[in-house]
Amino acid sequence: MKIQLDFWAVLAEWPILLLGVGWTLALTIAAVLVGTSLGIACAWVRALGFGNAQAPTWLKALVGGYVEAIRNTPFIIQLFFIFFGLPAIGVKLSAESASFLAMTINLGAYATEIIRAGLEATPKGQMEAAASLALNRWQTFTRVVLPPALKKIWPSMVGQSIIVMLGSSVCGQISIQELSYAADLIQSRNFRSFEAFIIIGVIYLMLSVSLRFALNWVGAKFIFGGRVA
Amino acid sequence: MTEFSYWDILRNLLLAGRWTVALSVIAFVGGGCIGLLLLILRMSKKPGAEIFVMGYVQLFQGIPLLVLLFLAYYGIGIFGIDTSPWVAAGVGLTLYTSAFLTEIWRGCVLAIPRGQWEASQSLAMNFGEQLRHIILPQALKIAIPPTVGFLVQVIKGTALASVIGFMELTKVGKTIANATFNPFLVFSCVAVFYFLLCYPVSLYAKSLERKMNVDR
Repeated sequence: MKIQLDFWAVLAEWPILLLGVGWTLALTIAAVLVGTSLGIACAWVRALGFGNAQAPTWLKALVGGYVEAIRNTPFIIQLFFIFFGLPAIGVKLSAESASFLAMTINLGAYATEIIRAGLEATPKGQMEAAASLALNRWQTFTRVVLPPALKKIWPSMVGQSIIVMLGSSVCGQISIQELSYAADLIQSRNFRSFEAFIIIGVIYLMLSVSLRFALNWVGAKFIFGGRVA
Repeated sequence: MTEFSYWDILRNLLLAGRWTVALSVIAFVGGGCIGLLLLILRMSKKPGAEIFVMGYVQLFQGIPLLVLLFLAYYGIGIFGIDTSPWVAAGVGLTLYTSAFLTEIWRGCVLAIPRGQWEASQSLAMNFGEQLRHIILPQALKIAIPPTVGFLVQVIKGTALASVIGFMELTKVGKTIANATFNPFLVFSCVAVFYFLLCYPVSLYAKSLERKMNVDR
């Protein structure tokens, strides 16, 4: 039998694809920025506590519960819970903010564990050296502990950010106009379903390769002071 | 309209949980077999083999599982084969799992000291014997904790099979949520079900890891 593939019919709908790329990137960048900050805060609570003092037990338990709950449930369920479940108890969110929230708390949980591993690898002598230089807790954390920790865990964070970018394809299920929604929309117009998904598959592949390059560059340039890891 | 009692919700979700487990097993076993073949192919140093396996891994790790499932769903259909969600979900998840497992296991094989390869070669073992008697038994030991850890990713991955109409936990949960108008309760229950499936596996992987670090 003869199989005819018509990729031009899909590429002709390029404005939809372009909008999809825009949404995918926008959601990913926002989620990576906020999610990483959330991860740093949670990792601080889990690994070091507040400076030399330990974090209160209830706070540690709360963060631990959050991390385990997110890491052991699928992203699509987290998204559905936020978008369909929360309105039932009075928290109404738009599809955009629900997607952003779901991606952020998802990345936050994974980032917590990754960053914690980096923080815990800080040699004790460095903490003592910081204390002997009369740095306060905040200075110690931001100047002594965090930079080498970020450098160590940067490759894992890059990998996790790419996983979040690929995960954003699920947000199309609650009608965010990101890339996989674009494919669905295009195939509903011209019935070229296989071609549409091949094309967005290629776009996702290019996005993940470029995101890896971009984040490695950002890390080398801004996070660990010009030295390439 | 039929009324759903709490028991009805739980019972339906429990029954749907069977298919989540079944699909996870299919993906894990299928992905494991293909992953092992790819690993052996890559280690065999045949011309082009390394590039092929690297391309395979980059391809299936670089596109979302959701897109992979749609591709399997529409792609098999294009050859005139009647696609059931079972086949499409099985194929999609197997490709996804195999790409990750072969990469995890490659790291384990690389962790085996070079001397082991050279020693077995000096005993006149061929490639197959080296693998069977020397390399794989040692690699297997360090491969178990990360492999068990990855099983959690596979179980969570099966949730995406709901988008191609596979009636597993997520899909049934969504259907019940629509029927009962109680999405908060239903999705909470679904999340708890996934947690009960995944958390013991996570804990087991963690304890295996701890045990292995003691051995060293």
